[in-house]
Amino acid sequence: MEVKFNEEALAVAHKIIARYPEGKQKSALIPLLHLAQAEFNGWLSPETMAYVGSLLKIQAVEVYEVASFYSMFNLKPVGKCLIEVCRTSSCWLRGANEIIEHIEKKLGIKDGETTQDGMFSLKTVECLGSCGTAPMMMIGAQFHENLTYEKVDTILDSCKSEDKRKTYFDEVTVKDY
Amino acid sequence: MGKKILLEHDHVPGIQGYEVYRNCGGYASVEKAIKTMSAEAMVEEVKKSGLRGRGGAGFPTGMKWSFLAKPEGVPRYLVCNADESEPGTFKDRYLMSRIPHILVEGMITSSFALGVNTAFIYIRGEYFYIVRILENAIKEAYANGWLGKNILGSGYDLDLYVQVGAGAYICGEETALLESLEGKRGNPRIKPPFPAIAGLYGCPTVVNNVETIASVPYIINNGGDDYAKIGIGRSAGTKLISASGHINKPGVYEIEMGITVEDFIYSEEYCGGIKNGKKLKAVVAGGSSVPVLPADKIINLPSGEKRLMTYESLSEGGFAGGTMLGSGGFIVMDETTSIVENLFTFARFYHHESCGQCSPCREGTSWMEKILHKIMDGHGTLADIDLLWEIQSKIEGNTICPLGDAAAWPVASAIRHFRHEFEAYVTNPNAVNKVRHYENMNA
Repeated sequence: MEVKFNEEALAVAHKIIARYPEGKQKSALIPLLHLAQAEFNGWLSPETMAYVGSLLKIQAVEVYEVASFYSMFNLKPVGKCLIEVCRTSSCWLRGANEIIEHIEKKLGIKDGETTQDGMFSLKTVECLGSCGTAPMMMIGAQFHENLTYEKVDTILDSCKSEDKRKTYFDEVTVKDY
Repeated sequence: MGKKILLEHDHVPGIQGYEVYRNCGGYASVEKAIKTMSAEAMVEEVKKSGLRGRGGAGFPTGMKWSFLAKPEGVPRYLVCNADESEPGTFKDRYLMSRIPHILVEGMITSSFALGVNTAFIYIRGEYFYIVRILENAIKEAYANGWLGKNILGSGYDLDLYVQVGAGAYICGEETALLESLEGKRGNPRIKPPFPAIAGLYGCPTVVNNVETIASVPYIINNGGDDYAKIGIGRSAGTKLISASGHINKPGVYEIEMGITVEDFIYSEEYCGGIKNGKKLKAVVAGGSSVPVLPADKIINLPSGEKRLMTYESLSEGGFAGGTMLGSGGFIVMDETTSIVENLFTFARFYHHESCGQCSPCREGTSWMEKILHKIMDGHGTLADIDLLWEIQSKIEGNTICPLGDAAAWPVASAIRHFRHEFEAYVTNPNAVNKVRHYENMNA
């Protein structure tokens, strides 16, 4: 499959690239990787990284060097609904471990795995800045806070038919000033 | 009620939007600055205010601004550090999502003072939904003539952009942030040169925290002397405290610096006391990096007086008996908390977030996590506790950036104040009370 942004995404990409001074277009790399991840099923394949590199006129390996540094970039396929649960101190103090166990049991997967139907992936993450509303998880770009088992069940049940991987594209859209 | 500067209008319905913000006196500082003040006079006011960097380091903002190099024909940049990632800290997120225009106004006023024509807000990737909120606020500011070309007919031009990160604590370190903004891995740079001389794209750059920038409009409107009167001594002004953990009322509170720690934890105005009527065990007062203190040491000073919520009072007693205000990430632990397990979550965090550039941090953080895991599993030895101490002491001060220190201090302080707990895990692991936390939740 040829990796290429559709017209709309390409327009956004060019708008982002135009923000930076002449010769400093590499600054657009991280925003473009977010855009690409949202456009191409929630992860960055080698082909996707090479394509983003071609837009910025840099080598694929330079893209990989950056993509592999940041935890939000998935270098392997993920489910339509990526569940990221915080496990650092404040969330741990208020029951994050139990929430993680509950999700693992409910979905029959462990941290880092994807359900067989490709619907859910579970990823434990470090502090997302939601400590006052702990425990919490992020799905797409949305924070779900003050979690209880019941709340988690309701949220996951409502996710069953949705593809949350596009949410980022929605959020990253660059405004015309 | 203490004085509120940043959250004064937090309760006003619609304050997220431009009209309401403007009706509450918003953007007055831009008008005052551009129409009546010189850039030098503005820097002077910020110096007089005693405002210190609110991201954690507490460096005087006015001094940082005065270091900015101004060579002819070279652009200068202002970058707002909205990469808030210090565990226990969520104040910037709160402020940006509730009152985005206060940050936009602060960016414009500060940019004018620094002679900057392009400014960025670098925000952590996980705060994606706030990008939309900020972009809307910026769009409104452009539409009303506060941004763009020839602002208020003064001939002054400014463009403001939001730049999104992608999940890396280290990008909160200002030189790592600049690397990331240039589209690279977030590896901190060796200093000097400092960003004030060679920052973004090698040009003179100021990097300031969200809360710092948001405090500037008040200072410009009311004068530095007025701001300096709030708070106590070198802890001037108000501070946003992110309160979390085992308390009745977690949340973000704007405090006038100088209230007692005891008052902050127990009064109804702030944390409302310990959840479920339990006793206080320990507090991490300024985000995960600062030393943890047991209840008596956080409430009282060595002299017996009450400890205050100020930079100076929190650090009184040095590293052996004090802590730091840091970012204001205030994590409260009740009597059921295992200090060892809490420390493990910090150690795992720093291991995950080490950029890998310096070997003491790269190897040390992973080693400390492994040892703590071993101790928690009941396979630790007394020698492991000494080894942990040894490793943290070898990381501290031996890395390019402060992440190494940040990883070392929680370990050092936990062993210093709670060595008996580590020993209990090692000598009698079956007797260690494994706490179930779920019962504490949302009761």
